[in-house]
Amino acid sequence: MIRIEQLTKRYGDTTVLNIPEMDIPKGQVFGLVGNNGAGKTTLFSLLLDLIQATEGTVKIDQVDVSTSEDWKTNTAAFLDDSFLIGYLTPEEYFYFIGELRKVSKEDVDELLAGYADFFNDEILNKKKYIRDLSKGNQKKVGVVATFIGDPELLILDEPFANLDPTTQIRLKELLTEKGKDTNTTILISSHDIQHVTEVCERIAVLEKGEIVKDLKTKAKTLKELEEFFAK
Amino acid sequence: MFVRLLQLQWKSYRRSAALTSGVITSVFYLFGMLYFIVMFMLLGYGSFYVLDEEMGVDPLRFINQHIIYGTSFWIVWRYFIQKMPVLNIQALLTLPIKVNTIVHYALGRTIFSFFNVSNAFFFIPFSVVLVNNGYPFSQVLSWHLAVAAIVFCTNYINILINDRNDLFYAVAVILVLFAVFQRYDIFDITVYMGPVFDTFYNDPIYTLIPWLVLLLLYRLAFTHFKNRMYLDAGLQVAKKEAKQIQLGWFNRFGRTAIFIKNDIKLVLRNKRSKMTLWISLMFLFYGLLFFTDSSGGLYDNPVWKIFAGIFVSGGFLFTFGQYVPSWDSAYYPLMMSQNIAYREYLNAKWSMITIATSVSTLLGSFYMLFGWDVYAAILTGAIYNIGINGYLVLLSGAYIKTPIDLTSTKKPFGDKQAFNAKTLLLTLPKLFLPMVLYFVGSLFGGEWAGYMTVACTGILGYFLKNKVFDLIETLYKTEKYKTLNAYKQST
Repeated sequence: MIRIEQLTKRYGDTTVLNIPEMDIPKGQVFGLVGNNGAGKTTLFSLLLDLIQATEGTVKIDQVDVSTSEDWKTNTAAFLDDSFLIGYLTPEEYFYFIGELRKVSKEDVDELLAGYADFFNDEILNKKKYIRDLSKGNQKKVGVVATFIGDPELLILDEPFANLDPTTQIRLKELLTEKGKDTNTTILISSHDIQHVTEVCERIAVLEKGEIVKDLKTKAKTLKELEEFFAK
Repeated sequence: MFVRLLQLQWKSYRRSAALTSGVITSVFYLFGMLYFIVMFMLLGYGSFYVLDEEMGVDPLRFINQHIIYGTSFWIVWRYFIQKMPVLNIQALLTLPIKVNTIVHYALGRTIFSFFNVSNAFFFIPFSVVLVNNGYPFSQVLSWHLAVAAIVFCTNYINILINDRNDLFYAVAVILVLFAVFQRYDIFDITVYMGPVFDTFYNDPIYTLIPWLVLLLLYRLAFTHFKNRMYLDAGLQVAKKEAKQIQLGWFNRFGRTAIFIKNDIKLVLRNKRSKMTLWISLMFLFYGLLFFTDSSGGLYDNPVWKIFAGIFVSGGFLFTFGQYVPSWDSAYYPLMMSQNIAYREYLNAKWSMITIATSVSTLLGSFYMLFGWDVYAAILTGAIYNIGINGYLVLLSGAYIKTPIDLTSTKKPFGDKQAFNAKTLLLTLPKLFLPMVLYFVGSLFGGEWAGYMTVACTGILGYFLKNKVFDLIETLYKTEKYKTLNAYKQST
């Protein structure tokens, strides 16, 4: 699904990301952990062609993201609140994304109905603009919007941050459910290693722009990660 | 402490996207600044001689009579353009800085705004010329100081009325009423206001009055600001109930409609973008200045008619189009990672501009009352706006890269008004080119040939749409990463 080759991002003399090679196969649920400044958001921004790589390429479905825009049809992402449109109501936002992804209003409604639990009655029909929602509720809107149109690749940056405990648990269930679908590849970054080990089948640790660990999730993975970060 | 705050301000200015967005914009900015300064100085210097020799009135008395209009107009103008003192208040509130210091600083800083300083460029040369022509120095000085106080008064009045649309509209309506009354000889305010200003010249002691008023206004503005320095008071975000808008009609435009519908919501739901509609309306009536004799025949020249024609239909084009794609700056990363072709996106913006221009042209049909040639100028302007200026605003938009914080309107200390001076300056080339075209055309066959030249250029531009869009598209693509980066900074 994703192929990274010789990817580096430098600002002046500082290398903020350097990944010689990485493959993320279709259907994988991939977790990215690392401390602040490790390069998680940089990597995601490069995958989405929001910043320009200094060297190397990112390919989604064999297509170089910086030269073609074909990857946009089957990719959905939520990195931060710059992926939300503040002056729309959540419904209007979902329909807008739906229209862009060629999903009818009815289908969007049907999809949203399935997330009633997750929304906990705080999102829909509240006559509120997204800008007036709390950070946590904004995140719920952003995350669910990425599910519209069943994209083959989901990229979520810190999806658990700002969420209340109940919603965190529900989101974990949701993502695990999505992850079972062999057609959907999911990329998640998080500061919370416990969440990541619960949801992801593969976990990579980024440190100072380099992948220092790349693990298949097993029973002892959480322990291993804790030891790594405790140093 | 003041010095520290000044340093903060300087840093935020130096590091803003506007200054780092490239040489071309900065040069335009400086050039425009210089243009205004020179114009003001020339006006200050020249108006004495024009009034004295051409019109045969006492320049000082004349200015005194009409200064009331100048002042009111200045208040209205400032209301639209001047930014409120921008300071990241929330971050400072819990720091060991006295609230009074913060407020004094925020208010004091406004004294140095372009809107105050530019007055000096008019009044100082004017006063100097007065003294040179035998007006006694001390009296001129006293008058000058009074006027300076009044200019500063407008500064603080602006701050006080900034959140009060009702007050603002009251001022604007009264101003228009007085002008109309005077025009039709019902009531002439200048007869009463002239002597008031003469007093500052005749009897220097009265100059204290405007200064006392200024002090009072400062105190008021100070209390006004200070009382709102709480997160749940003035700094609170006002929440409005969301309203549904039915826009199904637009679906007939296909994919473009998705963005048009979104843009309409953008315009209607954010104060800052809503202002573009008000300004478009103002632009619509701007032509009255040119086509009636209220300008004293100053603009009674076909080249200026084209200028007015561009303005009448181009209000939305200049205030909205100029800021594409900055309107979407808050969620530009979303737009860039969605399944969107640039062409659809740009086409939607262009359609918005075209629709607004057409509507303005229709609304402007009352100009026919002033003659067919007047409406021809407006039609020509509209054709040119759609055919050429529509592209030009999109082109310059690619370079402006000033993020627009739509939500900032909700904070009392954000920069809240609809457009800033810089974008206004960037409109100058869009106005002068058609004037040149008209002039060239008219050399060959008079007025109508001039109109035809401008209109044909517009029509030609319209048919080259695909080619031009290719160019704009490439430009937006190359600028994509820089734009994304610039939008990450908040204003």
